[in-house]
Amino acid sequence: MKVIYTDSLVIGGGLAGLRVAIASMQRGYDTIVLSLIPAKRSHSAAAQGGMQASLGACIKGDGDDEDVHFGDTVKGSDWGCDQDVARMFVNTAPKAIRQLAAWGVPWSRVRGGDREVIINGEKVTITEKHEAHGLITARDFGGTKKWRTCFTSDGTGHTMLYAMDNKAIQLGIPVHERKEALALIHEDGVCYGAIVRDLITGELAAYVAKATTIATGGYGRLYSVTTNAVISEGIGTAIALETGVATLGNMEAVQFHPTAIVPVGILTTEGCRGDGGLLLDKDGYRFMPDYEPEKKELASRDVVSRRMTEHMRKGKGVPSPYGDHLWLDITLLGRKHIEKNLREVKEICEYFLGIDPVKEYIPVRPTQHYSMGGVRTNATGESPTLKGLFSAGEAACWDMHGFNRLGGNSVAETVVAGMIVGEFVADYCGANPLNVSTATIAHFLKKEEKKITDLLVRDFGENPFALKAEMQQIMMDKVGIFRNGPDLEKAVEELTVLNQRARHIALRNRISSSNPELVEAIRVPKMIKLAQCVAYGAMLRTESRGAHAREDFPERNDRDWLRRTLAAWPDDSTDLPDITYEDLDVMKMEMPPGSRGYGVDNIILHPDSEKRMAEIEEITKANSAAGRFELQQLLNPTPIPEKFKGKNERIGRGYK
Amino acid sequence: MSDQARVLKFQIFRYNPLKKGDKPRMVTYEVTEAPGMTIFIALNEIRETQDPSLQFDFVCRAGICGSCAMVINGQPDLACRTLTANFADGEIKLLPLPGFELIGDLSVNTGKFMRAMSERVESWIHDQHADDVNYDKLEERMDPDVADEIYELERCVECGACVSACATKRMRPDFLSAVGFMRLARFALDPRDKRTDDEFYEIMGNDDGVFGCMTLLGCEDYCPKDLPHQTQIAYLRRKMALIR
Ligand SMILES: Cc1cc2nc3c(=O)[nH]c(=O)nc-3n(C[C@H](O)[C@H](O)[C@H](O)COP(=O)(O)OP(=O)(O)OC[C@H]3O[C@@H](n4cnc5c(N)ncnc54)[C@H](O)[C@@H]3O)c2cc1C
Ligand code: SF4
Ligand code: FES
Repeated sequence: MKVIYTDSLVIGGGLAGLRVAIASMQRGYDTIVLSLIPAKRSHSAAAQGGMQASLGACIKGDGDDEDVHFGDTVKGSDWGCDQDVARMFVNTAPKAIRQLAAWGVPWSRVRGGDREVIINGEKVTITEKHEAHGLITARDFGGTKKWRTCFTSDGTGHTMLYAMDNKAIQLGIPVHERKEALALIHEDGVCYGAIVRDLITGELAAYVAKATTIATGGYGRLYSVTTNAVISEGIGTAIALETGVATLGNMEAVQFHPTAIVPVGILTTEGCRGDGGLLLDKDGYRFMPDYEPEKKELASRDVVSRRMTEHMRKGKGVPSPYGDHLWLDITLLGRKHIEKNLREVKEICEYFLGIDPVKEYIPVRPTQHYSMGGVRTNATGESPTLKGLFSAGEAACWDMHGFNRLGGNSVAETVVAGMIVGEFVADYCGANPLNVSTATIAHFLKKEEKKITDLLVRDFGENPFALKAEMQQIMMDKVGIFRNGPDLEKAVEELTVLNQRARHIALRNRISSSNPELVEAIRVPKMIKLAQCVAYGAMLRTESRGAHAREDFPERNDRDWLRRTLAAWPDDSTDLPDITYEDLDVMKMEMPPGSRGYGVDNIILHPDSEKRMAEIEEITKANSAAGRFELQQLLNPTPIPEKFKGKNERIGRGYK
Repeated sequence: MSDQARVLKFQIFRYNPLKKGDKPRMVTYEVTEAPGMTIFIALNEIRETQDPSLQFDFVCRAGICGSCAMVINGQPDLACRTLTANFADGEIKLLPLPGFELIGDLSVNTGKFMRAMSERVESWIHDQHADDVNYDKLEERMDPDVADEIYELERCVECGACVSACATKRMRPDFLSAVGFMRLARFALDPRDKRTDDEFYEIMGNDDGVFGCMTLLGCEDYCPKDLPHQTQIAYLRRKMALIR
């Protein structure tokens, strides 16, 4: 039995995992990172657009601060987020970005003086403040009041991940590459690490740890067309579910990005529209202002994706052999801008579409993009039901995104959560001895060994590739942008059948070492369970909130649904998860539910909303002398670690 | 789009070093071409419908992560963004990237090589005070042009194409290679990195470093991110030559 001991085991070598690992290492705890692939190839590298932090250095960000960022984030989430967490996040994001600057990210900088930009289809000259010259600049993104999305030309995620991994290498943090966590080791409600398979040799080992962090990214590959990397299969989320103890939050909250290229689904960044790109229909007509006169192309992602779909349903899409699409026009931005700030987009258009976006329109369509749901944690990043299990990044439902996350808030979350959760992981390592029996370790190891042996000896059975394709199609057709009861019921039924079939997978290539078919056979049953959590959760949620849009229940129903979905799978022989709900407490909200300001308001109010509104007014009046920090503290005290409590400085404003 | 789809002929290197008795060989697979087909799509189709044991590495499938470099009809390139339509005769020969440890078939261990490279060139900002910075304060300013120039060199995706195309590397197994030089050039340019020229000399001022380069420039020819190898290697060499 191969057993490796450590203090802090981090599953996932993307931005979130590496940042947690750095935190626990810097606090003096032995740390190991596991990754399916070399850390620098993690999907975080693909983020082109940027990271939100309210630095307010560029002129269009003037007046920005934590409070404005908070408001945008909560509205963006359609009030589904945890406001404590959103608060911790917005207060820490400026520090996170500055720390990354010190660690080597070459953030694009403010250039004092005049520059030409495109706003609302028109060339406009804006004048950057000379005193801000050389500070980190920002671009416009959807759903934000200010230009807040900081970036590195066209390679934000790449430069962030490289800086982060370089820091990890500097600290000597071992990254065990080409390793896959297959199951968590746990006993009496406490997690003690994971059973891990070496993807080259096939060897199984137990990584035993005090604290285990799941930072394995999203589950986009449950869908057949997605912007996500091929490894974004949600396996980390699934192994938490398979403990039967840990819960997953809001799995039905799945985001569709407005502009992925057709047919392959590769993303063109929101920066295209942020920098002034437009959406056009088959007649070359700019349709978004008709639907969203105020925010137009830069409404929240869920809104733009739905409007595009609506418009195509009206027959305004451009027909193609792969179904209808719309056009993204960035020609108006000019060659110089595209070649510098949107070069990755240009490369993608050239290589995958054979077009030059400087001169031609890009065929785009809304496509699965982001997983708001994931391993449910409390504000410290720990699972409320399985002690010692933490989660951060896209894999987690820490819950700052609720039912829709804003562009640029995700890479920001990975780093901020990494910092904050990392501190709590270190605290946990300091406070808890490693107390697990060898028998328990052996039990979990044997269980995984047996599953693999069963797969290798079975003569006839299901083809894992075919099962996966069927699952992806069900999700695509029935659990997509617009959802309805009958389709969702059918999806749940069909996934139930798939879940049963997945118990009888057989292989053609029966070797235990490096074997892509075996990898698939291990993953597919896990993925089907996750898909079922998404579909079943979506079926039960009879309202529309953020990215979850029910045609049969178009209103946002705060009265009955201001609650987070929790999925658990305690009994492996069943075909459905247990679904329960956790209420969001309006009376504790800093910003009680209101209108997002898109389209016609269609909200069934929560009885507490007005009460809380009045209470806030009273508190504000009674403390009229209080500054914004004291007031915020009164309305929403949050558990930010001491290290990150300081106020953030801004140019021309100091620490105010 | 023509009506009759072509049948593509893939000749693929097969060898699993972990399978007893397995021997290196070329195997031919036929795939019906679809519009917009990339080598990524074709290889997955082969794996799913013809041979589930076929090994290869893709992550982003968008030309961004550097996972999928392989030798395509004699030239190293990113397979995910290579369209099959580029090959007029429909014959595509695929070999694993040379110069790296073979995992199996088209999969090589670039990750191990790149981590060792990063450790060797100490691929991080060297600044004693970096961890004492007060992040509440305004960040250190940087000239916008300098930031852009650093980014130009940081665009490397560690795909390994330059390493595989390097004649010097073939003769000198410990040769740092272009990817390492690019990284050093990136940090040498960065005002946040306080390393002196002498310290850089310690890392690259020898024949396994920048003095070993024979300037054949296979690196520049095949770099999928078009990094400026020639000018940067020449620059590092001049800089180092001035030291001793
Ligand atoms: C194309 C694209 C563009 C984007 N652009 C932006 C943007 O501009 N701004 C923004 O804010 N967000 C953006 N996002 C979202 C953002 O990039 C991701 O949400 C974020 O990077 C996720 O980071 P992570 O660290 O949580 O996970 P990832 O970076 O996905 O890393 C997951 C890690 O887990 C490992 N892993 C997975 N499963 C296992 C297992 N079972 N065992 C061991 N290891 C495992 C993987 O190897 C990997 O290292 C974009 C997303 C996409 C798809
Ligand atoms: S320098 Fe170019 S060829 Fe070499 S590893 Fe980097 S991206 Fe690949
Ligand atoms: S798979 Fe990422 S570059 Fe090819």
